[in-house]
Amino acid sequence: MDLSLTSEQTQLVAAFADLYQDLSTPEVVAAAEPLGHVPTLWVKLISTGALEMAVPVERGGYGADLLDLALVAEQHGRFLAPAPLIEAQVAARLLARMTGEAAGRALELCLSGQRLTTLALRPACAGRAELVPAGAVADDALVLQGDRLLLVPLQGRATFVRNLGAQPLADVTLGEDDVLLAEGPEVVALVSAAVDEWRVLTACALSGLAGRALEIGVAYVKERKAFGQPVGAFQSVAHRLADRATEVDGTELLVREAAWSLSGDPSRFRELAAMALGFAAETARDTTYDALHFHGGYGFMEEYAIQLYFRRARSWGAVLEDPRTSYRRVQDSVTARVVA
Amino acid sequence: MDFRLGERSEQLRQETAGFLDEILTLEMLEECHRTGVNHDPRFSKAMSDRGWLALGWAVEHGGQGRDPLEVLAHSEELQRRNAPTYAIGTTMMVAQVVALLGTPEQKAEILPKALSAEVIIALGFTEPENGSDAAAAATKAVRADGGWTITGSKMFTTNAHLADYVFLLARTNPTAKKHHGLTTFLVPLDQEGVVVQAVSTLSGERTNITFYNDVYVSDSWRIGEVDGGWRVMGAALAREHTAGFAGEQHRLIEALSGWAEESVDDDERPRCEDPAVRELLGRNRTELEVSVLLQRRAAWLQAEGRVVQGRGSMSKLFSTERLERQAAAALEIVGPDAVRSYGEASAPQGGRIEHMVRHAKGTTIYAGTSEIQRNIIAQHVLGLPRSS
Repeated sequence: MDLSLTSEQTQLVAAFADLYQDLSTPEVVAAAEPLGHVPTLWVKLISTGALEMAVPVERGGYGADLLDLALVAEQHGRFLAPAPLIEAQVAARLLARMTGEAAGRALELCLSGQRLTTLALRPACAGRAELVPAGAVADDALVLQGDRLLLVPLQGRATFVRNLGAQPLADVTLGEDDVLLAEGPEVVALVSAAVDEWRVLTACALSGLAGRALEIGVAYVKERKAFGQPVGAFQSVAHRLADRATEVDGTELLVREAAWSLSGDPSRFRELAAMALGFAAETARDTTYDALHFHGGYGFMEEYAIQLYFRRARSWGAVLEDPRTSYRRVQDSVTARVVA
Repeated sequence: MDFRLGERSEQLRQETAGFLDEILTLEMLEECHRTGVNHDPRFSKAMSDRGWLALGWAVEHGGQGRDPLEVLAHSEELQRRNAPTYAIGTTMMVAQVVALLGTPEQKAEILPKALSAEVIIALGFTEPENGSDAAAAATKAVRADGGWTITGSKMFTTNAHLADYVFLLARTNPTAKKHHGLTTFLVPLDQEGVVVQAVSTLSGERTNITFYNDVYVSDSWRIGEVDGGWRVMGAALAREHTAGFAGEQHRLIEALSGWAEESVDDDERPRCEDPAVRELLGRNRTELEVSVLLQRRAAWLQAEGRVVQGRGSMSKLFSTERLERQAAAALEIVGPDAVRSYGEASAPQGGRIEHMVRHAKGTTIYAGTSEIQRNIIAQHVLGLPRSS
């Protein structure tokens, strides 16, 4: 067992922490609402290679593994970065696993930064894909319709939906000029695996979000006094934060294990991805609840950063599924693995 | 990063599993359940024969020099199978304190016997009037010629009715501040003035209250310095606080999924297809995974020689609080039949869920209550002021 990061991983984390520290301050995040997209940040991420790293070397990328992306996603979450990095990475990795010419072209265009390509997390229904993450700012979306994977150009087809987490979500209408990339059970399985990667990376972002929210809450209760002592000296406050700290630590271990398992223990990847998303979403929900609550009335003010965390904690994972659905998926994955 | 415990650990886990298949019979488990005593001399002896009572000790002290991850793989397997290790655990915990702080005579007397499972040591910290506040111990030890006279009582001295010694925390200086007037002793139990009275518990586990009426203890049975008992306690309890209860969670999942596969609902649909059942099992598996990870992290930190304080508390706190919740949820989802008691032929899964509801509650209390763990985490991990 080795829970420490390599020196390369430590450098990777530091580099992205620095980048987000500069370009994704709470003021920037708040000012980017309601769309939740900062083009300068996105351009910086592309030029840093944040998208290329997600793709194998033989497909034109840097070939980072999912654990490296996980560490970046944690930082992304800590700073609530208003840029569609996770969706773009997952979509690019999906394209890179496909063989067709159209998929190859689409991959080149997104790696070069000419097209921003995202992924609809749920199959289209009645000609519509709903709440597509990054759909309001992307150029294309990969959308599964039945067993057909389509490349859907979004110009004129995406309707932005204002939402709890101030994300660039859009409802997308399918059209005549959608490009069929592949069809059949193989591509359905590829999309399912891609959505599992999205689960893991989103869980990592939620883990980072929760960790930072806890720090903000703890710092506040050390400073703020009531009845002649720091608020954090009351057990009713300290004990809840101790519970949250435990869950935050458990979440970090779980989401990293899930990311590691893609290559380290592949037979468990599917169940660990669902575990990671369900548990991280609950941890982020509960941690931001307490961290905001212990600010008292100030926590409810828009001016304080903690409310930014509170809303995103309830939204990032929910775009796909609630924790209870994730947990059912855990059980179903275990059953399928045991049968296999 | 690598989340596997490692080849040596997995090999030891395999050996442990094979050993348990052979030694831990159904009859032995039933006997432990019937008597409420989580100890079986045959089992302890077999563990000793394998050299497994002190896996983590240095070879020159009679151990196997295994690293904390190997020790954990071994104990994960024992816990998962509910092996009778309670007396082994308390005995070896005290033996380790003796190895660390004892006199040469104490070591010569205790260590060989502990390693060969020929001695049992019970813990005597808690008293009728104090539990979490262990330093408030009122049991007195007063100087008598060449030794001490002990007067008082200790609560929850589990296995004292079988034990040779109790590791006892006593007040030796009533005028000093409360943490500074305590001393620890190994008190031989087979002597006049010691009374062991059975106490039965919610889970059917038998524990005891022990009374000490002018019990004489030679000074040679004092462990550590006079009035230095709190430091000795620190060495002893650090180990206890890293405990985890993933094994119990594992057994509960087994019982619940066994029930779900074997039973149907009112409309004859298999329970394992019921969305609520799938959700609960998936949730429990997730919490088990986190419990395992938190405990392994504590062991890994220890193996790396890094700070463990507070991290062991997280493992104990999370695994017991979630176990308690899981047991309550299992009872509810199984429905009316879940209340049929352990051992009733009509009980689902032999009543294992009913028993876990009883057992789980104790886990959030003993070995440092959840509140004590939260205090430790708040202070040592979060840096919050000492709370009240």
